[in-house]
Amino acid sequence: MSTHTFKVNGNQVSVEVEDDVRLLWVLRDVLGITGPKYGCGINVCKACTSHINGKAFNPCAVRVADIAAGDEVTTIEGLADTVEGDLHPMQQSWIDHDVAQCGYCQPGQIMAAVDLVRRVKAEGRAVTDADLDTIRNVCRCGTYPRIRSAIRDGAERM
Amino acid sequence: MVDHPSDDAAPADGWVGPALGRRKVLGYLLAAPTLAVAVRLGVDSNVPSEAGALTALPVPSNDLPADIFDLGDAQNYGAKPTSHLIWMELREDGTVHFALPRMEAGQGIVTSTAMIIADELDIPVSKVEVTLAKARPELVMNQLTGGSNTTMSTYYPVRAAAAIARGALLEAAAAMLGGLTPNLLDTEAGAVVAPDGTKIPYGDLAAAAAVPKTTEVEAELKATSELNIVGSPMGRTDARAAVTGAKRFTLDLDIADALPCMVAKPPTIFGKVRQLNNEAEVVAMPGVTHVAVIETGVAIRARTFGQCIDAIRALDVDWDPGPVGADSDDDVLADLKRAEVPLLVPSVPILAKTVDTEFTFAFASNASLEPDCAIADVRADSAEIWGGFKAPVPAQQEIALKLGLPQGQVTINVVTGGGSFGRKLFHDGAIDAALASQAMRAPVRLMWHRADACRHGRMHPMCTSRVRATTLGKQVLTYEQRHTSARTDFGHGFGDIITAAAGKLPVTDYTLSQTVYSLTAGAHYNFGATTSLLNELVDRRFNTASMRNIYSPNVAIAREVTVDKIARTTNQDPYQLRRAFVRKDRSRAVLDRVAEAGNWGRSMPAGHGQGLGIHNEYHGFSACLIEVDATSATVNRKIRKAVTGPRVTKVVFAVDVGLIINPTGLKAQMMGGIMDALAIVFTSSVHLKDGNFLEASWDNYAYTRQWNTPPELEIHLIESNDESPGGAGEFGVAAACGAAANAYWAATGTMPTQFPINHNGPLHFDPFPYTPSVPPSPTNGLDFVS
Repeated sequence: MSTHTFKVNGNQVSVEVEDDVRLLWVLRDVLGITGPKYGCGINVCKACTSHINGKAFNPCAVRVADIAAGDEVTTIEGLADTVEGDLHPMQQSWIDHDVAQCGYCQPGQIMAAVDLVRRVKAEGRAVTDADLDTIRNVCRCGTYPRIRSAIRDGAERM
Repeated sequence: MVDHPSDDAAPADGWVGPALGRRKVLGYLLAAPTLAVAVRLGVDSNVPSEAGALTALPVPSNDLPADIFDLGDAQNYGAKPTSHLIWMELREDGTVHFALPRMEAGQGIVTSTAMIIADELDIPVSKVEVTLAKARPELVMNQLTGGSNTTMSTYYPVRAAAAIARGALLEAAAAMLGGLTPNLLDTEAGAVVAPDGTKIPYGDLAAAAAVPKTTEVEAELKATSELNIVGSPMGRTDARAAVTGAKRFTLDLDIADALPCMVAKPPTIFGKVRQLNNEAEVVAMPGVTHVAVIETGVAIRARTFGQCIDAIRALDVDWDPGPVGADSDDDVLADLKRAEVPLLVPSVPILAKTVDTEFTFAFASNASLEPDCAIADVRADSAEIWGGFKAPVPAQQEIALKLGLPQGQVTINVVTGGGSFGRKLFHDGAIDAALASQAMRAPVRLMWHRADACRHGRMHPMCTSRVRATTLGKQVLTYEQRHTSARTDFGHGFGDIITAAAGKLPVTDYTLSQTVYSLTAGAHYNFGATTSLLNELVDRRFNTASMRNIYSPNVAIAREVTVDKIARTTNQDPYQLRRAFVRKDRSRAVLDRVAEAGNWGRSMPAGHGQGLGIHNEYHGFSACLIEVDATSATVNRKIRKAVTGPRVTKVVFAVDVGLIINPTGLKAQMMGGIMDALAIVFTSSVHLKDGNFLEASWDNYAYTRQWNTPPELEIHLIESNDESPGGAGEFGVAAACGAAANAYWAATGTMPTQFPINHNGPLHFDPFPYTPSVPPSPTNGLDFVS
């Protein structure tokens, strides 16, 4: 075991764990941060989508040893703290469109949506159907059309 | 945009009108420190519908059993004789608490139940806390969440409890106000209001309204016209928790010492461990605390799930094959073909034409995104389990049996589920957890890997559906449907319900599966002499269960595609033919709505097509119009590791479920059902190969994804004068299945007969090996950061 130090949701953390444990399990099983969900463990379903240094990634497919001391990890629990106000505009849009059904995939969906909008905005354009088609996050309740509406709306508020 | 519960979401108008047409209900005030009410669950529930009158159309069809007494009626009826009490409690902080004996898995029943209570009791939805009841064996079969039956079976009992509570509050307030007559008082937004405007909050009355001795009381329900919250759009009560990560699922619960645990599953379905060869080596791996052989595989407990995965991959196990042997899809299909009952040659005029169709449906997985999972803390003389149980009483019975404990010593806590779709009717993950905890003498937080959920989880069985219809001119003289299926496991308490209702059934000598089939497959059209029957294989080799909407998606595809074939054969427009032959006016109303809103018959470019489908079930009526783009540019679009194929570009869906509780939740259920339909028709199945299923991930088992999602989707809720709610949770699937299949036919010119349409094409993925049972965890996640 070795000590791994990085930032999660604004807090500096140090964890004693083997180098090759994937970050998802460090978050969930060691740190008790349960917003990122397990849905496949092989970077397919995207239920664990979180941000590293502001960009989307899937902690199920990253060894904790590959997280550098200066890296900042943001999970759904820390998303609202990245903006002014009570909730991130994308979270509010999700509530306004009543997107969630069972809710299991939704933390990952929101983190992926925020990343998509940031990338599209960096290109100076609006979200298109083609952009929305690139989202790989699985929703087995089939909330996809509401996700699309909420992302377009949330993008305008971001 | 939708409203969410807040303090001001309650109706401003708390006026209670005259008692005309009101329904009287009975219940109990319970001896308790604060106001507590109980009513029997099931009493005063929906009365089974009577036979619908035959419509005078070309050749009237006989009612099928489901038209007279359907699955919902059977469940309601089955609930009555053994039904027991459900409780509602008002606390001094002014909140109402109700433990719903059903399971929320995303279908919105916690929200809709809170709305029903709030409306009857005149209290803001935000003050109503609905939780999920633990397993209550005394409820017997009345704690099953299935058959889209929750609202149908609980609507009146829940309202009755709220009405009794409201009556008790009025009485208590009247006494507190110096002996006013209760009927001079009113209730509004969580308070009793006196004629002079004085308001007494419910919380202040909670103790005063309590009784020292349990007393039987009577109350009146509000008239349907007085309901304000019921029928108004309402966001989910857990919406905020869901978007902030605060919502807790089973695997998120903090149960002391319940470390991660997984099971190495056999390479073939129901295979068994013959010998574990390297226990010492694996138990010494980093993080691993326990290794134990259990009935279903080799269980590993470790500090993290990642270390469980690594340990499973390191195991050296000799396995005995399971009962499926080395069979593949074709072997099961051959069994089905042998079991198919010959279609009759109907006695019809010599000039009549015969329309025969035949369809095959592959195995499909009912897995939710939350994997099969449970927490178990098994001690020497008791056990406590946490998990998502739609049938907690059978779970309690079976787990107690497996552990060798009395049923009463096993506590089953029902946790809100991350989806169900039929998967949580059974409790395979909880059995693993209980066995592992017992073997290890330690609490476990157990989950299945996604690969296990795909390969060893419950499947919707492979089936065929054959139809023979005869036509003469533009008339349809006969319609005969024969559905043949691998066995569907209903061993989750449904059997008890069906048996209890058997006396009401207009059929005899059916097996359980045949009865369920006969309760769900109604006659939709006046196609003359109509029969629809199921023949199901009896072998128990496969791990099967219902998938959302049970037989109906497949049955509806066969029926609706056959209707289009009849239209083509008799040279009629598919919409006009349906319109002329549907048996019920409410069915015609939803059909007309989609045809009009969807611009039926508009000219479509080459490679595009429109299709229609209808379906009646759960005391409701639905219709769907779908447009498909099957141009080669669309079909062949390339997305990494994705099933693309034809794209549904537009869906128009109309539904009449009777009384609507929450339009927002109802639309959500229809939307989800439509997404399931697209999966069933176009993309998702599992392939049986050499004794197991090839699929082991969400990219293999291609449920609908964003790139398959229709850019345009409209859901129309059709109001009817029905005062009782029907079922909604599964109702979006079947009509959309029929419409999608017909749209595909219209777009391609080829009648689809195999579902999903890509099942027999080249595999779109490289299968993971069966051993080890789980794939390696990737390490390249940062390479995808863009």
